[in-house]
Amino acid sequence: MSPKTLYDKIWDAHVAHEADDGTCLLYIDRHLVHEVTSPQAFEGLRMAGRTVRAPDKTIGVPDHNVPTTLDRANAETMTEDSRIQVEALDKNAKDFGIHYYPVSDVRQGIVHIVGPEQGWTLPGMTVVCGDSHTATHGAFGALAHGIGTSEVEHVLATQTLIQKKSKNMKVEITGHLKPGVTAKDITMSVIGETGTAGGTGYVIEYCGTAIQDLSMEGRMTVCNMAIEGGARAGLIAPDEKTFAYCKGRPHAPKGEDWDKAVEYWKTLYSDDDAHWDKVVTIRGDDIAPSVTWGTSPEDVLPIDAVVPDPASFAGGKVDAAKRALDYMGLTAGQKLTDIEIDTVFIGSCTNGRIEDLRAAAEILKGKKVKDGMRAMVVPGSGLVRAQAEEEGLADIFKEAGFEWRMAGCSMCLAMNPDQLSEGERCASTSNRNFEGRQGYKGRTHLVSPGMAAAAAITGKLTDVREMM
Amino acid sequence: MEKFDKLSGIAAPMPLVNIDTDMIIPKVFLKTIKRSGLGVNLFDEMRYDRQGNEIPEFVLNQPAYREASILVAGDNFGCGSSREHAPWAIADFGIRCVISTSFADIFYNNCFKNGILPIVLPEAERDALMEDAEKGANARIEVDLEAQTVTSSDGEVYHFEIDSFKKHCLMNGLDDIGLTLEKAAAIDTFEEKHATERPWV
Repeated sequence: MSPKTLYDKIWDAHVAHEADDGTCLLYIDRHLVHEVTSPQAFEGLRMAGRTVRAPDKTIGVPDHNVPTTLDRANAETMTEDSRIQVEALDKNAKDFGIHYYPVSDVRQGIVHIVGPEQGWTLPGMTVVCGDSHTATHGAFGALAHGIGTSEVEHVLATQTLIQKKSKNMKVEITGHLKPGVTAKDITMSVIGETGTAGGTGYVIEYCGTAIQDLSMEGRMTVCNMAIEGGARAGLIAPDEKTFAYCKGRPHAPKGEDWDKAVEYWKTLYSDDDAHWDKVVTIRGDDIAPSVTWGTSPEDVLPIDAVVPDPASFAGGKVDAAKRALDYMGLTAGQKLTDIEIDTVFIGSCTNGRIEDLRAAAEILKGKKVKDGMRAMVVPGSGLVRAQAEEEGLADIFKEAGFEWRMAGCSMCLAMNPDQLSEGERCASTSNRNFEGRQGYKGRTHLVSPGMAAAAAITGKLTDVREMM
Repeated sequence: MEKFDKLSGIAAPMPLVNIDTDMIIPKVFLKTIKRSGLGVNLFDEMRYDRQGNEIPEFVLNQPAYREASILVAGDNFGCGSSREHAPWAIADFGIRCVISTSFADIFYNNCFKNGILPIVLPEAERDALMEDAEKGANARIEVDLEAQTVTSSDGEVYHFEIDSFKKHCLMNGLDDIGLTLEKAAAIDTFEEKHATERPWV
């Protein structure tokens, strides 16, 4: 048998039909749905008289729109259009009989945090969702990617996707990370290296010692931003850490099935002599705590750098960089650590897991946020929130002056009332620094949770290593 | 879905690189449970000021481009979110074709579900069409999907590549789900085998 990559293996195990021209029907093991990209898909099913083919493999949770205030059990706290979307998902989940975690359920949270937490996401699976950050689930060695609403409807109706295979790209992070450097810095550095279109047409497998060193939470952070590099999906081969994370989760296999599953999962790795269409290698010890300065995730630099001169770029990027500096209110040559911020947001499917909250709390312990700073923590799920309370992290955040919120996507995309105002500058643990992403004319600097906490204390972008 | 065969129209130039889905349709317009009516909010934050007045400099507000049916765009168009609201808004505005050097994967796929043809051309050819588009309303660009060609206003012909299945569906306005359901037997067979081999799934 010819050698295969991990992606080749998962792909081959899910082709339900292949046409002469290579167009495949890829079978989908888990379909996650949320309130924003699914209503038109369910409506399409109704209008065509179709039904959900595999409701037992379909999991719904509202996350994008939901308020994160403590009083949110009262639906009146939602704007009318948000409430209509959430109620539509409530109804669709009931009508079509899919698994569902409503706003009132303690297990509710961001769909990409709930899936792994509940054991829905397992190695070797295909996982899709009408959300680009579905890439997160690749941390388990699952082939996971975002789809549009028409494809959501297609998966609901057929449990398959029409796909052509992507190319294989290997991103190897060698050596080990230095103290203060995290999974977020790895994934941002990779995008800085390859650009936001560097992964277009590829599925990335992240590997190397620095990746193996990461916890499952860290691996999810790395894969989460594969889409920001343009890749269809990001993958990490499952290992003992993966199995340990999955074991005992509500929807993970049990007993004999568990043993059989692990035996299969152990075959999920790229063969030594597998073919790669593109290889990128980065030394783990070269990676520094990173921050974005512009309006694209590729606009990333180590925290000790200065704002770049647009003239230092080539082609269309020169004008894009000028536009970005103008939008961000920055000047070329300015030290990144001199940039003053107004707001800190800790949360999102990138950095809203327990380990992220621990990292931020570690920096904040016994400290206060700078006067006038608006700082909020939005845990990725109700269960992350509960665990953080049990571990005393919530108290550290509250004593430092952070708002301690309920779970949801919140200020990552600002579809609920958690938004930046015009010109407000935010150090954010989320994944996109696009214009207007966190609010009209809001300014976003993407950072790791530790860096966000450090910025909250000093009021400026800060090298977290100075506070450790 | 609306069929796509030939298109002759005004092309609007948008040379900015990395035009993302948040620019194409900002999130405030995602709170709809319908597919229609988003054209008026296409590129909303670039197109209107906070009071809802048109920003005259924005390309689609200029008299020459108000009826544009083609966009010629900078590299990596449509990056970011999976929101199909982006192609819904583009199609609702009346744009049926976007030409660039590269597209983000999910956006590219979403276009085909909505009767929009995304065309990938090498940089020099895209740049030539960008110049053509900058000439305004008198410069009409022609697209022929069957022949896989784009013709500039001065008669220069550029060939583009496209997946044969996607081309077939777009030319015939085919419904993907209907096509896939014709293969239900293959899905049934696969599902049964998959469930036996991997009962935990």
